[in-house]
Amino acid sequence: MNRTQPLVLGIESSCDETGVGIVRGTTLLTNTVSSSMDEHVRFGGVIPEIASRAHLDAFVPTLEEALAEAGVTLADIDAIAVTSGPGLAGALMVGVCAAKALAVATGKPLYAINHLVAHVGVGLLQQGAGAPSPQTRPHALPENMGALLVSGGHTEILRIRSITDDVELLGSTIDDAAGEAYDKVARLLGLGYPGGPAIDKLARTGNAKAIRFPRGLTQPKYMGTAEEPGPHRYDWSFSGLKTAVARCVEQFEARGEEVPVADIAAAFQEAVVDVITAKAVLACRENGITEVLLGGGVAANSRLRQLTEQRCSAAGIRLTVPPLPLCTDNGAMVAALGAQLVMAGVQPSGIGFAPDSSMPVTTVSA
Amino acid sequence: MLILAIDTSAVASAALVSDDAPESVLASFATEDTRTHAEVLAPGIDGLLAEAGVSGHDVDAIVTGVGPGPFTGLRSGIVTARTLAFVWGKPLYGVMSLDAIALEVAESTDSAAEFIVATDARRKEVYWARYTLSDAQLPHLEDGPHVGFAADLPDLPVYGAGAGIYSDAVKAVAEFSTRQPEALSLGQFALARLSAGEQLLDSTPLYLRESDAQVPGPRKRAL
Ligand SMILES: [Zn+2]
Repeated sequence: MNRTQPLVLGIESSCDETGVGIVRGTTLLTNTVSSSMDEHVRFGGVIPEIASRAHLDAFVPTLEEALAEAGVTLADIDAIAVTSGPGLAGALMVGVCAAKALAVATGKPLYAINHLVAHVGVGLLQQGAGAPSPQTRPHALPENMGALLVSGGHTEILRIRSITDDVELLGSTIDDAAGEAYDKVARLLGLGYPGGPAIDKLARTGNAKAIRFPRGLTQPKYMGTAEEPGPHRYDWSFSGLKTAVARCVEQFEARGEEVPVADIAAAFQEAVVDVITAKAVLACRENGITEVLLGGGVAANSRLRQLTEQRCSAAGIRLTVPPLPLCTDNGAMVAALGAQLVMAGVQPSGIGFAPDSSMPVTTVSA
Repeated sequence: MLILAIDTSAVASAALVSDDAPESVLASFATEDTRTHAEVLAPGIDGLLAEAGVSGHDVDAIVTGVGPGPFTGLRSGIVTARTLAFVWGKPLYGVMSLDAIALEVAESTDSAAEFIVATDARRKEVYWARYTLSDAQLPHLEDGPHVGFAADLPDLPVYGAGAGIYSDAVKAVAEFSTRQPEALSLGQFALARLSAGEQLLDSTPLYLRESDAQVPGPRKRAL
């Protein structure tokens, strides 16, 4: 096997995107994604069974397209990598079984990969021409590295000492993911699905200060101090915020007044983004993190990017945001992490592992 | 003709069947468990190929059970079959999974001329189909597959694990009351049909139930 510039095929199926990506070392060859998002629109959120059915039908065509686009054959591949968790159990199962079949049929080694760590691994891919100097060393991540992951399925702040074997969860949401909160509030406001882009757009025309919504888990009893941290110092909660928005809408309606949808959208977005960035930057400062990667689909949110940039730069933290198609769930990130594991000499997972819908970030590969 | 058959409509199973082999069996495996398909299926297939000394190149066709069966388990076999067929460049066929038990009924000594095959559909229901037998022929699917309550089945002898679970409600045939569809019989059935020049299905899963998703109603407005 080529361990310096391994050709790795990555498979992602943890939510509603069927992704197949191919990398050579840290060079991206293709990032092919088939999404079932349109099928979830009328339900206002991802329906696991519908996503799983879509993965089954999308897998082989997506694989075929990825191979064609990268101009490689399965015989050329050095290793296969697949998301084995965390994610929707039934959805993970499709990608994992497909990856195992691919391993059986080709005899190639298979790596079972942590989806969250893969979101970080994608940051190691070289960007196009003109981008900062290519990083080709196996452990090219800076030493004091953190990652803020915000999507429809997760909201986490991670510390990464080594992308292949030392990742720590500093904080996460204790209920809804941020993207999920966007979807629920968008539904309350009659803005449709997915909620993120709709709210982001409307919020630009509203007054974020018109209403003040609560920032979850920010009271002293949850925060504690740096020396004596409370139980949720770096954690988030968005379910109370969603309830507050619902109350607010009801109050306007009960008074027979027109609901100021744009103001509510702006104030909601401000509450989400404020608490995410405040806690993330706090976690970084208190853990000596000086470089942060922003990943996950909500990285597309204009206000989140803006405030993260502002607060990171004020705290002397360098922020990296990968190109958006690499922030949302995709196979390239799985391939990118797989390549790091191969380059670091980590043993493959074999074909007997089980997908784990709640795989902890401390498990980089099974 | 050498067929690799896979069925995960209930248990996880795979088999290599060939018209050149005695009883057409080269190798087969089946689990008893209905919930560990993602772990055991690929190692099982890998083991089969090694045991029979066969590579993907030697396989002429791949056959997958297309259910009905619990969705997540069912998909694990179908996606495996589709992927193997793609990589090896082999034709892929589907067979209705209850046919596997029907073939075993036809070959048994206490078969009836008309009968039902039923498996567990969970949620207090069974997947079922009605078959008829005539001399020296493959069982003929008359009706189904369907999903429904065991108590609503036609009044005929019922074979398969679905009968065992609801033996108080149906005429369960004791000898078959824990029988699940397995790839070995499924592969033999496919082999027999292909040799007879008959058509098989494609690999589209027979879910028989919708996804259960509810389209949310309009939000109630406060007065
Ligand atoms: Zn993700």
